[in-house]
Amino acid sequence: MATVVMTSLDSKSRAASRGLSDIKIRNLFIIPTILFLIVFNIFPLIYSLGYSFTDFRASTNAPATFVGLQNYRELLNDPFIWANFAITAKYVIVSVTGQVVVGFGTAMLLNREIPFKGLITTLLLLPMMLSMAVVGLFWKLLYDPSFGIINYALGLGSFEWLANPDMALYAVAITDIWMWSPFVMLLSLAGLSAVPRHLYEAAAIDRAGPFYTFFRITLPLVAPILMIAIIFRTMEAFKTFDLAYILTSQPTTEVISIRLYKMAFQEWQTGRSCALAYIVLIMVLAITNIYVKYLNRVKER
Amino acid sequence: MRKTVAGLMAGISFMFACGTSAQSQELTIFWAEWDPANYLQELVNEYEAETGVKITVETTPWADFQTKAFTEFNAKGSAYDMVVGDSQWIGAASEAGHYVDLTEFFNKHKLNEVMAPATVKYYSEYPANSGKYWSIPAEGDAVGWSYRKDWFEDPKEMEAFKAKYGYDLAPPKDWKQLRDIAEFFHRPDQKRYGIAIYTDNSYDGLVMGVENAIFSFGGELGDYSTYKVDGIINSEKNVKALETYRELYGFTPPGWAKSFFVENNQAITENLAAMSMNYFAFFPALVNEASNPNAKVTGFFANPAGPEGHQYAALGGQGISIVSYSENKEEAMKFLEWFIKDETQKRWAELGGYTASAKVLESEEFQNATPYNKAFYETMFKVKDFWATPEYAELLIQMNQRIYPYVTAGQGTAKEALDALAKDWNATFKKYGRH
Repeated sequence: MATVVMTSLDSKSRAASRGLSDIKIRNLFIIPTILFLIVFNIFPLIYSLGYSFTDFRASTNAPATFVGLQNYRELLNDPFIWANFAITAKYVIVSVTGQVVVGFGTAMLLNREIPFKGLITTLLLLPMMLSMAVVGLFWKLLYDPSFGIINYALGLGSFEWLANPDMALYAVAITDIWMWSPFVMLLSLAGLSAVPRHLYEAAAIDRAGPFYTFFRITLPLVAPILMIAIIFRTMEAFKTFDLAYILTSQPTTEVISIRLYKMAFQEWQTGRSCALAYIVLIMVLAITNIYVKYLNRVKER
Repeated sequence: MRKTVAGLMAGISFMFACGTSAQSQELTIFWAEWDPANYLQELVNEYEAETGVKITVETTPWADFQTKAFTEFNAKGSAYDMVVGDSQWIGAASEAGHYVDLTEFFNKHKLNEVMAPATVKYYSEYPANSGKYWSIPAEGDAVGWSYRKDWFEDPKEMEAFKAKYGYDLAPPKDWKQLRDIAEFFHRPDQKRYGIAIYTDNSYDGLVMGVENAIFSFGGELGDYSTYKVDGIINSEKNVKALETYRELYGFTPPGWAKSFFVENNQAITENLAAMSMNYFAFFPALVNEASNPNAKVTGFFANPAGPEGHQYAALGGQGISIVSYSENKEEAMKFLEWFIKDETQKRWAELGGYTASAKVLESEEFQNATPYNKAFYETMFKVKDFWATPEYAELLIQMNQRIYPYVTAGQGTAKEALDALAKDWNATFKKYGRH
């Protein structure tokens, strides 16, 4: 199939004069990439699958013994792990919903003729260009109950954003929303500007109200691209590590990747952490699949 | 053609020969990034001046220290010749063969007499009471307390304190006084708080803080030679100790739920708390006016006694070990010979390092050198430490998981937390066949 699609080389080109054929050039580009993928992605993926059925510990010289499904069984029976998953789910829902609402809202505001539109858009994009660790560190200062500017600005006295176990996860989510709403905004803006003007004009002639116009014209047309933003953000939020790790150490913010990190690199339970990583992988795959199915349905409409 | 190949090979082997001979004059010591590591660099510079062997102290932030060291060990890497490793690592590192067995060296130099007994027991020997040694005590450390002398010695405060509690305001002798003083100085409306304690649960911060209470209340974490924990970790004494720690948390500055050595020194420098728990290793920064505006009015005391007069502190500090995968083991051994000399240990203390040498610790000169050295000397002979088994990290995380919600959020009771912990630890020891 691929060879059929490819056009043949211009016989006068420099590549052709050096004796390079289509196939050779294709191989030249593709083989290194495939090799790279195999060495750094596929091989470790399969290798760690093997480890997940053993009691291997990278910190000892003891040989790994096969333990069957014991790691999976114990992990799925561990109430702490389930708590970690519940925390992660809550975090994903809060943070992605927040990002979509704020991001899409900002995009709607920006989708009109206003002065300095380009400059404003660029400035709004700044947060997502920062490093996660830096964002975590300075939000930790902003949230500080003794001298943080957030409590000062909102007049909250010494409200404990990060030390309060019920609030800490929301505080992390707010930081994530601040950082990644611009991403949703950018994609939504692209979607919004692609909506044909004449549809709005037709709606105006038919005296459609603003809500009707939004739900019947704007949203359906932007939905596919918005779904892509949601898929990306969900996957990212699911594996959040840096922000939560830096901001707070509450058990109520121990998302699954933090637990995984501790298991793999503090406890050195290599076999068990491979099993946990696989459980996480399967969950992310399942969620993404549901999204993609839904995305395809939206596109068909 | 053959000649060229032979010449090439000779050239390469010559290069290798040069490479190793040049390398044998250089040693690398790996440690965490903190002041004592800088003092050690100064000390080894003197070794270079004496012998011509260049030693570099390589450092990494505390949070990465364990991960980075073990990643290198697991890969059997030779990047580090020696490591000043945390006391809890000794089980994991010796059982896996990462550390060179120093028993012979230890016995030859009678180091169990030269160094303070507690440091030998916790930094060097594994398994407990086995007579096998894996490191040389290098940086002694334990948890002590700093306090605001100006607040304590204010006549108005002293009068008010005496009226309220019926005894004089002075550095606390026991945990009850510690609690009273914390309560007395806790004034959120004036942005002044009673006490700063460890609460960070990402490594051993919170556990060390709670250990101070448990050990002083006469409790233990478990029997380190039989791995028995039932009735020990969840004993009546430990429940009382944990309840007291939880009570102290109520007198900390707001948002004190992830604090460790940095925050606890800030509590003194930023006028937040009357008393602050911290490792002795961080006290040099408190007497330095450049890093503490209150340096002149900062005092120090040893961890107070519990209700029955037991007085212990949680052990920090590290021993220096030779990494099995080093290519310069002999050269490293020579360095250790130099390091344990009395003059070197004395010099080490002068530079700011906390020597574990009993002779230096006992000397008047050492005890009067700084405002905290006396408290350090008193503490170093009554310290206790966490489990040192290879699975210590799991035990640590389990302890954090069980006690953190109780201490910082008051979830459940101390008894419930410790009962659950005993169950977790039993399961872990069963998994590794320790019973």
